[in-house]
Amino acid sequence: MAGIIGYGAYVPRNRIKVEEIAKVWGADAPSYKRGLMLQEKSVPSPDQDVITMSVEATKHALTRAQIDPAKIGAVYVGSESHPYAVKPSGTVLAEAIGATPEVHCADFEFACKAGSEAMFVCMGLVDSGSIEYGLAVGADTSQGAPSDALEYSAAAGAASFIIGRDPGVARVIDTYAYMTDTPDFWRRSYMHYPRHAGRFTGQPAYFKHITSCATGLMEKVDLTPKDFAYVVFHQPNGKFPQRVGKMLGFTKEQIEPGWLSPILGNTYSGSSPMGLTATLDVAKPGDMILMVSYGSGAGSDGFVFEVTDRIDGVRNVAPGTRELLDKKTYIEYGTYAKYRRKIRMGE
Amino acid sequence: MSTSAKYWRGIPQRYRLEAERCASCGMEFFPPRLVCSGCGARKFMPIKLNDHGKLLTYTVIRVGPSEFCEQTPYAMGIVELDGGVRMTAQIADVDFDTLEVGMPLKVEFRKIREEGQAGILCYGYKFVPE
Ligand SMILES: [Zn+2]
Repeated sequence: MAGIIGYGAYVPRNRIKVEEIAKVWGADAPSYKRGLMLQEKSVPSPDQDVITMSVEATKHALTRAQIDPAKIGAVYVGSESHPYAVKPSGTVLAEAIGATPEVHCADFEFACKAGSEAMFVCMGLVDSGSIEYGLAVGADTSQGAPSDALEYSAAAGAASFIIGRDPGVARVIDTYAYMTDTPDFWRRSYMHYPRHAGRFTGQPAYFKHITSCATGLMEKVDLTPKDFAYVVFHQPNGKFPQRVGKMLGFTKEQIEPGWLSPILGNTYSGSSPMGLTATLDVAKPGDMILMVSYGSGAGSDGFVFEVTDRIDGVRNVAPGTRELLDKKTYIEYGTYAKYRRKIRMGE
Repeated sequence: MSTSAKYWRGIPQRYRLEAERCASCGMEFFPPRLVCSGCGARKFMPIKLNDHGKLLTYTVIRVGPSEFCEQTPYAMGIVELDGGVRMTAQIADVDFDTLEVGMPLKVEFRKIREEGQAGILCYGYKFVPE
């Protein structure tokens, strides 16, 4: 089976607090903080997007992987906020890291699941022997409509993984996928902000797909929650991953290292992948990690990883995910509105 | 000449900091050139510049071109990379009162500009504090 050879994350420096957003819309900040378990979220600068964050996260992944980028045979960027409607993000990334021209590029989109999708496909191509190394990125600079509940969580960040044939820092033990047609969240063409089906995004959507995927995968590999050192779920807010973990029989301690959403927000395609990079930052050789993504529309990709002894040698050669989260500057709603182009400008 | 073509020709320098070293005297050039200004030779070896450097001088732009109004005010600096090449670029993610000659900076990949609402997006290098 394939393995993760190198990994890296990237988070823009700007943060906005829940209180700052709530103040503008006359909302009750304490109830959002309690209800969604969110404190603050990351905000990209005007010169940052999915492409720039992917490049920076990948530089960190390459520093850990120590491979020749020209040997990367596939570059897959998963996002729902690709900067162009038509023109790939992947070619810019591939060019920036020196992987062109003998490389296959594709941009993936599946709400918040596009990043794990890229990982899934890279693992398949590596296992089939079609490529030596694959680069999988999950990144987003998502937006919630002003005053919508999503505005409190929609954040920006990226995670990047070099997938290869040797076990690397974490061996892929098995994968599993669970999909159904569930219209819980969507954005139509030319619409600026997504729409969601309120409470319908919970039980029949997020919880059903993640629990089904996690259960199916654990049965497939004959493991139970207590066999895992850590577990990472998609994090649309702070509360959902904690609740789904409890439903499946995982402890707070197993969820904790990859539970970034309270201080990061929901980075959509980057969400569970960044949870994994933060978990790899603290994992020890021999640790088993379960990761289950979730993308609206809807589906979950599940992965079981076993951390190898190579982790200790690469962990500190690039910045850790929480180290990146610690570098921050708080901005006000006005700056946030300007950076996210919520202000209508003159022609 | 379209913007696309001009931008595209600079991709190796803009994205990957590809430069050249004179094969006879060792002087480094960024962007690459045809004739060495040190010794007049015309043979060069491709090199990749270091991602790290230090700030030589800077200014803060408070009245910028209208296309940069979202980022104004912003800092511009001349940075000497480890290896000696000097380049001019924006210094992003910096509090202006921490700007200091000699401060260590590193390269980050950023969006440099947009060709209006419908044109291409131009990417390249900026510097951020270490
Ligand atoms: Zn010369």
